Amino acid sequence: MTAMLNIRDLKAYYGQVQALHGLEFGLNEGSLTTLLGANGAGKTTTLRAICNMVRSTGSIEFEGKPLSGRSTENIVRLGIAHVPQGRGTFTTMTVDENLQLGAITRKDRAAVTSDIERMYAHFPVLKQRHTQQAGTLSGGEQQMLAVARALMLRPRLMLLDEPSFGLAPLIVRDLFRILGKINREDKVTILVVEQNAQLALELADQAYVIETGRIVMSGNADDIANNEDVRKSYLGY
Amino acid sequence: MELLTNQILAGIATGAIYACMALAVVMIYQAIDHLNFAQGEMAMFSTFIAWQLMQWGVPYWWAFLATLALSFAGGVIIERALFKPLANAPILTHVAGFIALFAIINSVAGLTWDFTIKQFPTPFGSSPFLGSQLISTHQAGMIGVTLVLLLLLYFFFQFTRVGLAMRAAATLPESARLVGINTSWMVALGWGMAAAIGSIAGMLIAPVVFLEPNMMGGVLIYGFAAAVLGGLTSPFGAVVGGFLVGIFENLAGTYIPGVGNELKLPIALALIITVLVVKPNGLFGRAIVKRV
Repeated sequence: MTAMLNIRDLKAYYGQVQALHGLEFGLNEGSLTTLLGANGAGKTTTLRAICNMVRSTGSIEFEGKPLSGRSTENIVRLGIAHVPQGRGTFTTMTVDENLQLGAITRKDRAAVTSDIERMYAHFPVLKQRHTQQAGTLSGGEQQMLAVARALMLRPRLMLLDEPSFGLAPLIVRDLFRILGKINREDKVTILVVEQNAQLALELADQAYVIETGRIVMSGNADDIANNEDVRKSYLGY
Repeated sequence: MELLTNQILAGIATGAIYACMALAVVMIYQAIDHLNFAQGEMAMFSTFIAWQLMQWGVPYWWAFLATLALSFAGGVIIERALFKPLANAPILTHVAGFIALFAIINSVAGLTWDFTIKQFPTPFGSSPFLGSQLISTHQAGMIGVTLVLLLLLYFFFQFTRVGLAMRAAATLPESARLVGINTSWMVALGWGMAAAIGSIAGMLIAPVVFLEPNMMGGVLIYGFAAAVLGGLTSPFGAVVGGFLVGIFENLAGTYIPGVGNELKLPIALALIITVLVVKPNGLFGRAIVKRV
């Protein structure tokens, strides 16, 4: 397997405050990786740094291309979809329009139309609500919409920032099942940032643990799940 | 009764102009969250360009279209050169920028074409419309052009990809960037469209108020009143506000003793203040809720 995303010595700053202290990790093509860590460890910052939404130094390479110096929209156009914390739904627009926006950079209009149908097959609840304003959807439905919108890009890599946040456990299971399916069937490499470590480790095949802006542990998701420190700190048993 | 109908129709006709100005103001407000104080001067400058083209012998509608295109380009250039560098600057910096733009455009127009008033032609003529004494063909033309413009804008924003991208960039810039929209260019596009829409207002009102560098001062204040009344976040509201302000202005001037022509403008200002106090989001605007 080749490393699709390679991050070396990544440091990120909010004003004077340094949030990442030389982060290093890689993602293999086709993998489903989770990034675990406590509040404030730097998970969200890592995702934002990949998409150049926070000031950072160091090297980030995607499929051999350095991302530094590229604007967020150019990074997205390389095939990196980012589902941000809080979902980033266009609440005043319809579900249909949200999906159209996900594919706004694509030129293949016919394929976009069939992709929208594919999304409705993945997420039947969205089809029922396709002309509704996205703001009227429930939290779970909005998260589904956010994932569907990201997939409309036909991304090579999808970054998800706490998709389980604020959702009922059953809905989270459903969502994670779909993420697994997308990863296997559509060959989308996925990086999920999660606080719900248990579920994330069940879903993922690779895992990294981040503490105060540094990777402190990495490996196979099963091994990480069985690690005593991780169990105590993140799984609570 | 005829006086009343007459005043209402005349109000709708000038209201069409206010609606255009309000649309231009809203277009830029949506893009950068600031009111463009120089919107009227930009429209005035565009109208001078149209006049100059016609002086050189270009037929009216060709001059009209050329002015639209030049205004669009001008709006984009102003945004790229002046307001893009200010994108993250505080509000007072923007205000200073708008005032500078106002003064510069006004002076350059005065320098180039001097301050004497000029006749501006109307393509519609000024005979009675359909034989009725209530409204002239030019007034009917103002209403017609505005309605066509509205329809085009509606289709643009509802049914084209660029329109969708512009709406996305205006409502949630960060999410828009995350689907690959170049939000910075969307802002420039908004400026270009605002300048073009403003130029239509200028060219339509010029036959009524005569062409001179200060012709848009009052019109812009009515346009602001219209935008505030309709809600600064709603293009549709801006247009409704435009027509309402036009009618209100005329009726107040005719029926409220002592207002007449002289006190019409203060009425627009009073309207702005009343709306801001009583219903700050306007008739159709949505409340901006910020989480703290």
